[in-house]
Amino acid sequence: MAQALDPHAAIVTEASGLAPEGALKTADGQPLARALARSSRRARRRAFLLVLPLLAFILITFVLPIGQMLQRSVKNDGFSANMPQISAWFHANPRGTEPDEVAWGALAADLKASAEAKTIGVVGTRINYEMAGTRSLFTSAGRKVRDGLAPPYREAVLALDEKWGDPKLWSVMREASSPYTGNFYLAAMDRTRDAEGNMVQAPEEQRIYIRLFMRTFWLSAVITCTTFLLGFPIAHLLATLPMRKSNLLMILVLLPFWTSLLVRTTAWMVLLQQQGVVNDILVWLGVIRDDQRLQMIFNQTGTIIAMTHILLPFMILPLYSVMRTINPSYVRAARSLGATSWTAFRRIYFPQTLPGLGAGALLVFILAVGYYITPALVGGSSGQLISNMIAMHMTQTLNWSLAAALAALLLLGVLALYWVYDRLVGIDNLKLG
Amino acid sequence: MAVAAGNDAFVVFDHVQKSYDGQTLVVKDLDLSIGKGEFLTMLGPSGSGKTTCLMMLAGFETATHGEIRLGGKNINDVPPHKRGIGMVFQSYALFPHMTVGENLSFPLEVRGMSSAERNTRIARALDMVQMAKFANRRPAQLSGGQQQRIALARALVFDPELVLMDEPLGALDKQLREHMQYEIKALHDRLGITVVYVTHDQSEALTMSDRIAVFNDGRIQQLAPPPVLYEKPENSFVAGFIGENNALRGKIEQLDGGKALVRLGNGELIDATPVNIREAGKPTTVSIRPERIEFKPDLMPAGAHTLEAEVRDVIYMGDILRARLKVAGQDDFVMKYRNTLGQVKLSPGETIRIGWHPEDARALDPV
Repeated sequence: MAQALDPHAAIVTEASGLAPEGALKTADGQPLARALARSSRRARRRAFLLVLPLLAFILITFVLPIGQMLQRSVKNDGFSANMPQISAWFHANPRGTEPDEVAWGALAADLKASAEAKTIGVVGTRINYEMAGTRSLFTSAGRKVRDGLAPPYREAVLALDEKWGDPKLWSVMREASSPYTGNFYLAAMDRTRDAEGNMVQAPEEQRIYIRLFMRTFWLSAVITCTTFLLGFPIAHLLATLPMRKSNLLMILVLLPFWTSLLVRTTAWMVLLQQQGVVNDILVWLGVIRDDQRLQMIFNQTGTIIAMTHILLPFMILPLYSVMRTINPSYVRAARSLGATSWTAFRRIYFPQTLPGLGAGALLVFILAVGYYITPALVGGSSGQLISNMIAMHMTQTLNWSLAAALAALLLLGVLALYWVYDRLVGIDNLKLG
Repeated sequence: MAVAAGNDAFVVFDHVQKSYDGQTLVVKDLDLSIGKGEFLTMLGPSGSGKTTCLMMLAGFETATHGEIRLGGKNINDVPPHKRGIGMVFQSYALFPHMTVGENLSFPLEVRGMSSAERNTRIARALDMVQMAKFANRRPAQLSGGQQQRIALARALVFDPELVLMDEPLGALDKQLREHMQYEIKALHDRLGITVVYVTHDQSEALTMSDRIAVFNDGRIQQLAPPPVLYEKPENSFVAGFIGENNALRGKIEQLDGGKALVRLGNGELIDATPVNIREAGKPTTVSIRPERIEFKPDLMPAGAHTLEAEVRDVIYMGDILRARLKVAGQDDFVMKYRNTLGQVKLSPGETIRIGWHPEDARALDPV
């Protein structure tokens, strides 16, 4: 039978309901789904092998470090690993227990062991994160206990320094006795724990991070708006000019990408500083007096101007790629239907650019939220963003856990915004180019 | 419904010229009057200036020189949205972010119409193109033909007196195109609107138009109703552009009243009707339609010259047969004859004699 030899014919017959069981089969009686999987397996395997290097690269250079960073934000064993005996005592006794002789003995033994292992600095640093000024307490105690302390330990340790009796210190040590803690997140949100372990607001003068987060998001929003206002007309020009002119304009738009970030930022310093080009011109024109020179850099204004300049291409390019695909006959049709040029723009042209605008705004905003070098150079003190604080904790205070907590919160904020964007506009509508 | 240029002309191009670069003219001294209710087609190859004329009429291009009048008023300086002209684009230009209903509502909203009035008009316009059920769809969910109908409804929904169509059927397949041709024509007859239609498809122009303006090189080559255009082309361009055409090159031997004797390249003589040639001795191109050629002696007009022809091949096209002949040294000569019962079978290599009525052979300018 010719039909039986033709696999397609067999499939057709069975699909039309003649097969005894439900699943489709190939001509030689194998399930169709399995045959299909086998026939495409080679192609799939080859495709997977092609992306494997990239996958490995991303895993090693992106996923792992971020995972490690997130872990560091909740884990710091600087105290617990080097002070095992007192940590064990904290675990054995609930919060509120007065430190007894066993506890003081454990503390004395741990201090001695840690001093001998030369890890007493690490221990001090860990406690110092949550209680300023305690690092020296540990290091000096470490120097003094090398010869050993004699019981009673309570008096012996207090003889080293009265501060050892501070209940706040014991509360902090209890917190640090477990390698895992949420205290870095509390610190990143201007919260701390009091001697009883309750969550309280940090002292007024130490509340900086929430304000910095707010400022970061606010400045990023302002920068997104200015890039939109400046970029929209340029993108429109790019999309409508004849090829030769638009290519030239495109080179001008991309030029900032080809010069070093530092060169661009330094150029803004030259332009905007008080004895700079812009101020000189304004004075020369008589717009301002010589003693009224404007402060345009080393503050928020400087951060906004320089970052708008740097991030402008990220707004222009997605807008351009969307605008280029908008057929000019839409606006013509609107005009012929009786719309003024403004109405045609507002109701026909602009709505069609929204996918590009959304993509551009998201790109610029996310880049701005995490921007570091430009605010560091031109932001002064009022133009610093949260990333500068993260960098400070990474490089100067070496409080990596706090840096990681701040970075994780920033990431969370961006993800939340991304989610809101998805609900409002829809990620499907995004056109990145 | 051919309307001659006169006082009742609705749309007038008066010595209109257009140049984009200041070096060359895209439209050269155009004079054209379109009557109210007329279906006028601008037909021509691409780059002939027909679309530019339409864009000038719509207001998207300005005339470099001359005047365009609509209903007796100069509209040179009237912006497009105040001209009240409906327009259908080749790409349909349906707004992709609006539903069909919103698309139709747009021209009514910008005219400040009340929502009740808008709804009646939208329903009426959708009924007109048999798309009443599609008001809530988006353009992307419609087929090409359906989008075309919506574009048509949108151009008509605000009751314009003049509708411009820029190759509106260019993107449709052949069958749908022919169907839409009849529908557009029927709408035109029913609504009594004036239509200016641009196309490069000559069969479309022949089917639909009251008059056709054949454009080439920035000028109107001939402006005439379809039968006149097809049967009595006034120059070689029109003869070659409209329909299939045989062009025999020769020289005027004798010019005498309404008759011309033409000597072909190989010395044979044929009769022709002189059209745009002035004197004897000049080169000419004789144009003959393939279906006007006879090869059976009893059907040839008495006394006319006949030519010897060698059959190259015969193509079977169903309703007709198409024979390629070698005539007077040219082997691109085409003859079409009906596929009737008992039709004479021609075979390649066979030699026949062909002839035609002298009125069907038009002596035109040399190509």
